[in-house]
Amino acid sequence: MVAYAWLVPLLPLVAYIFLLCLGRRAPEGIVTGVSVVLTFLSFLVSVAVFRAVGSNPDQVAAYTFHWLTVGSRSISVGFEVTHLNALMLVVVTLVSTLVLLFSKGYMHHDDRFAVFYQYLNLFVFSMLALVISPNFLQLYIFWEMVGLCSYLLVGFWYFKPEAALAAKKSFIVTRIGDVGLFAGIILLFLASGSFDYNTIFVAAAAHKLTLGWISGQALVTLTAILIFVGAIGKSAQFPLHVWLPDAMEGPTPVSALIHAATMVAAGVYLVARAYPLFQASPAALTTVAWIGGITALLGALIALTQRDIKRVIAYSTISQLGYMMMALGVGAYAYGVFHLMTHAFFKALLFLAAGSVIHAVHTQDLFEMGGLHKKLPLTTWTFLAGALALAGIVPFAGFWSKDDIMSATLQSGHTVLYVFALVAAFCTAFYIFRVFFLTFTGEPRNPAKYENAHEGGWVMNLPLVVLAVLATVGGFFNTPLNGNGLEKYLLADGAVGVTYSENVPLMALSVVIALLGILLAAILYWRPLVKPERLARGFGFLYQLSYRKFFFDEIYGAVVVGGGKVMAAIVDGVDRYIVDAIVKLVGRVVYYLGLGLKYTQTGQVQTYGVVAGFGLFIILAIAMYRVGGVF
Amino acid sequence: MAGGAPFPIPTGSVLALAAILFCIGLYGALTKRNLIIVLVSIELMLNAANINLVAFSKLSDKPSLNGQIFSLFTITVAAAEIAVGLALLLAIFRLRKTSEVKDLDVHKW
Repeated sequence: MVAYAWLVPLLPLVAYIFLLCLGRRAPEGIVTGVSVVLTFLSFLVSVAVFRAVGSNPDQVAAYTFHWLTVGSRSISVGFEVTHLNALMLVVVTLVSTLVLLFSKGYMHHDDRFAVFYQYLNLFVFSMLALVISPNFLQLYIFWEMVGLCSYLLVGFWYFKPEAALAAKKSFIVTRIGDVGLFAGIILLFLASGSFDYNTIFVAAAAHKLTLGWISGQALVTLTAILIFVGAIGKSAQFPLHVWLPDAMEGPTPVSALIHAATMVAAGVYLVARAYPLFQASPAALTTVAWIGGITALLGALIALTQRDIKRVIAYSTISQLGYMMMALGVGAYAYGVFHLMTHAFFKALLFLAAGSVIHAVHTQDLFEMGGLHKKLPLTTWTFLAGALALAGIVPFAGFWSKDDIMSATLQSGHTVLYVFALVAAFCTAFYIFRVFFLTFTGEPRNPAKYENAHEGGWVMNLPLVVLAVLATVGGFFNTPLNGNGLEKYLLADGAVGVTYSENVPLMALSVVIALLGILLAAILYWRPLVKPERLARGFGFLYQLSYRKFFFDEIYGAVVVGGGKVMAAIVDGVDRYIVDAIVKLVGRVVYYLGLGLKYTQTGQVQTYGVVAGFGLFIILAIAMYRVGGVF
Repeated sequence: MAGGAPFPIPTGSVLALAAILFCIGLYGALTKRNLIIVLVSIELMLNAANINLVAFSKLSDKPSLNGQIFSLFTITVAAAEIAVGLALLLAIFRLRKTSEVKDLDVHKW
């Protein structure tokens, strides 16, 4: 079965090409049907591959064939199946199938419905192909395709200026990271002569990666950090996180796909896949851990005060991705991947539920919602499941993965990062229940919108229910109850990361922290004992800091964009006043020379004769002097 | 000196005569204001060259008539040249009503 893993990305590609042939006027039913069926088939193949791989290290295999030869180095393409990417295939195809189904309801009657599905299928194909790439070059190709698809989808409603801007921003910001990744890949290729993961990792472990100008260990650290820079861009880590919230301008199913399965997961997957390289460099791991920890805290703090339902969830994604990176950074490889999986379930759920809400009330402003549980009971319950999973309440999915990460962080000796994670966990519980209470409980704040609200039909409800179930029980893949099954499964890829044991008091502590967060949200927004506005005023500057997203956009606007403008002005000045000036000077000199010399042209033949005669005299004089004549 | 001329003229004198003639011609050609005088001066320079040709034909290692014949050619060509020159002069005079060299400066900047 493992040898047929190439079918997994192929099926969405077939769907894409088929839709391309059908054209943009294709009927909605056929478009959805083809996409969902093919992606679902892809999911079934993934499950088969996943089961075939099992916990058996022997099943890990790479199938490659020769592609081209550059100099003496041969480059191959193909696919590989490891325990890590078999799991990724299942998660990605599952979430994608549900999102594709959900989009039928959400995008109903959109003028470019078929085009939307084309993009989605291409997106899913790119991500799956990225996941089964056996070498960095192939990964990079699909990495860029994922970026392209996210650009197309974020800017899907390109007639809205914000959407066009957000698409551009997401593309450019992730490009910054891509440059790092590309540089890292080139260095690895130069040092090892190969793009293949295994060749590179073996060389790294044996300290055989060297270049003329840099020593082995420094090179490993440098390349690991460069690769991590790519992951920072793609997975929206601090300081390149600014694109992800803006990407909310895309249709909500796209947000679900980007956040759960196809885009931001790529960064975490990259770090996980390149983990042997990171393990060879403690400095790189520490960097990953700290960037992750800072991102986790930062995302959670910003999410506290946002008014837009999708933006809260977007910052939540940034924060949760921070947790994953932190887990990878402290060596808890399996927990990072585990959180990637559970997060994919509950974050897709939250986004689709938010999409269902937006579909019902046609606004994204939390303060125009309220009381929707009467109109949208199913959405309410499923959102609650997602919120509990995100907040990390026993026994929902997020609890198991997040607490694994937190206890691993503390046990690895990163106390400060543990505190970060704990504060972030409190904020997480608060902000997601703030959303929940503002949206679903209380009185309708906008009666006109409230009256027209309704559920979105089975195509939107089914994905919600499936994901709600997964968000509830998804954590049981890896608990002490099943002997940490997922961890054992992942570690069959080889000795990656460090294993930590569960710590019951720590788990209890984080649940209490999460419950406190929920309680605070409840007394502010559900049964208001304190007016939130008063609290906001009380915090004053801190509130503004969070609401304005720590002024990142403003700072980047001033520093990067402003700096770019200053640079452009300098370059313009150099071009205008130095390069152009030299060119003009040459012209001017010749011009004035000509202007002066023209006065010698008197038209008097006799003058010319005198000059010519004099010149002849001089030449003769020199000639005679040189032959030693009379002079 | 070959031959038995009663008064052999020293070569230096002949060459000096030619040089003086040439210089007078050159001076006239470069300074005279009337085109006719300029043409006459050019004739002087040509004839200075003729004298040189004749003198050298007698003075070379193998004396021959080559130089004298060559000077005959030159005289013929000079006659043709002066005919063309005078024709040009007449044409210019008809057109510009002048024979002053200074006035013929159509190529002035």
